[in-house]
Amino acid sequence: MSPNYPRVLPCGDSALTIEFGNEIDARLNEQVIELDREVRRARLPGVIETVPTYCSLLVHLDPVNSAHADLILTLSRLARDVRPQPGKGRRWRVPVVYGGNFGEDLDALAKARGISPEQAIELHSETTYRVFMVGFMPGFTYLGGLDPRLATPRRGTPRRRIPGGSVAIGGGQTAIGSIPSPSGWHLIGRTPVRSFHPDRNPIFLFEPGDAVEFEPFPAEEWERLEAQFASGDAFPKSCA
Amino acid sequence: MMAGLRVIDCGSCTTIQDHGRFGFRRFGVSTSGWVDRSSARLANALVGNSPFEACVEFQLAGGRLSVEDKEVAIALVGPDCPLRIEGSFVPSNRSARAKNGDIVEVGPVRGGVYAYLAVGGGIDLQPQMGSLSAHARTGIGGKTLAAGDRLPTKAPERGKLLEAVPTTGDDDPIRFVAGPQNDYFAAEALTLLAQCPFTVRHDSDRMACRLSGPELRHLGDANIVSDGVLPGSIQVPGDGVPTVLLRDCPPTGGYPKIATVISSDLDRLAQISPGGIVNFSSVTLDEAVAAAVLAKTRMDRTLSSIRPVSLGPTTESLLSVNLIHGSTDGL
Repeated sequence: MSPNYPRVLPCGDSALTIEFGNEIDARLNEQVIELDREVRRARLPGVIETVPTYCSLLVHLDPVNSAHADLILTLSRLARDVRPQPGKGRRWRVPVVYGGNFGEDLDALAKARGISPEQAIELHSETTYRVFMVGFMPGFTYLGGLDPRLATPRRGTPRRRIPGGSVAIGGGQTAIGSIPSPSGWHLIGRTPVRSFHPDRNPIFLFEPGDAVEFEPFPAEEWERLEAQFASGDAFPKSCA
Repeated sequence: MMAGLRVIDCGSCTTIQDHGRFGFRRFGVSTSGWVDRSSARLANALVGNSPFEACVEFQLAGGRLSVEDKEVAIALVGPDCPLRIEGSFVPSNRSARAKNGDIVEVGPVRGGVYAYLAVGGGIDLQPQMGSLSAHARTGIGGKTLAAGDRLPTKAPERGKLLEAVPTTGDDDPIRFVAGPQNDYFAAEALTLLAQCPFTVRHDSDRMACRLSGPELRHLGDANIVSDGVLPGSIQVPGDGVPTVLLRDCPPTGGYPKIATVISSDLDRLAQISPGGIVNFSSVTLDEAVAAAVLAKTRMDRTLSSIRPVSLGPTTESLLSVNLIHGSTDGL
């Protein structure tokens, strides 16, 4: 039984979700991002905020001041007519120090995949990734487009705390961490870039629909890079 | 020195909370905010604050604070939760004045989980991303309160002391709207949810009300591609045990959500003590919206019942004082 997508479903009286599917797919995500743009542009009465995720958009509502039936109709129409506009997002080049103390699972992950750590770094840093969503923790950035040769099931036992800025692989995805958090992903590197910095404008760097590339740096460069990004004043290169 | 309150000691989950932090859920930031909004709003109203001022949220244990520099007006709202100033009980649902040097004792919260202490003028700290609400897990807006923490208060005008006649709580079932992902579950799962009692687990917190009860079976995979969640979402991980998300929940999650608790019943659910029983019932979206409108009407009625404290003690206030004495003597 496969539902008819897109579908608009109530989440109690305080939200509506618009689902485009249930898989990790750039085309579905493009529809989500475009619908998010349109919903925000439409300034529909009662809408508090929207949360775009992999393949659905959650629209938070004021339960008392929303016309739920009208909203369901409007959102259904917008979702059905949505025309994705790929390539609208920004492009980021994010510096990473791979392996060693900065990515303690790199060697084991490479070995499990039957490649050398150098090949793993090459595969990881030669891809252009798409930001599918930001969630779990503030600024935690989920990236799609990982080379299938690097895909590795999550750790059996999650770590209780991983460093901020961790670049990690979990299943077929890779991600840029923000602040220290628990994690079951494999740590392959670390970036000094702060995807979340409460005292910076903008507070968050990456948004769904953005493109991200990683630029490897040797471990000796870490202190220089960290000093550059720690204050939050410096940004990674943005090509758009 | 500025007027304020200083924490002498408090339960480990005591935090500052306001209405919440909105607009950042798309970046992974929880809204946080009062778990029991109606109690906090009443506490604010009783000291003449705007409904959105931050309060101190106590969880079960309560705590003690000392008043520094100036007299402050305070009000505590929470289920069967005593408030004492220099050892003297303050009747529930009314404000009181505490002088410089006075010790204010809150709790424990005996009839539920959360109690709110509002201070006349509000708490004068720097908001982070538009809110004073602390999200302890990430540190956004601050951490949990601890001995020695100072809470400066904004300069309040000396107003009248106020009291309210709140509408009484009820024991009706907690209502939910099915979905958004009830089609991921076996047909009988929604029936079990609506008909069987569940017990609130002791590991419940501001993030989630964790339950134990009958297993709600998935049809297939218990994982979905992560999507948006909200306070009230009833998510069911692989073990089939439902969890109702509360104010500190992350904005996204990876488990299917069989149903969503309606907004007007969320405060009441969150106040059910660990070990307490939850009964659910199913309603339509229209019924949920009607319940939200009715809840707002009730809240407005409670707020408009607020009046200056009468000079002589009322029968009601005497009764509440006696009740509190009666049940603390045994502690």
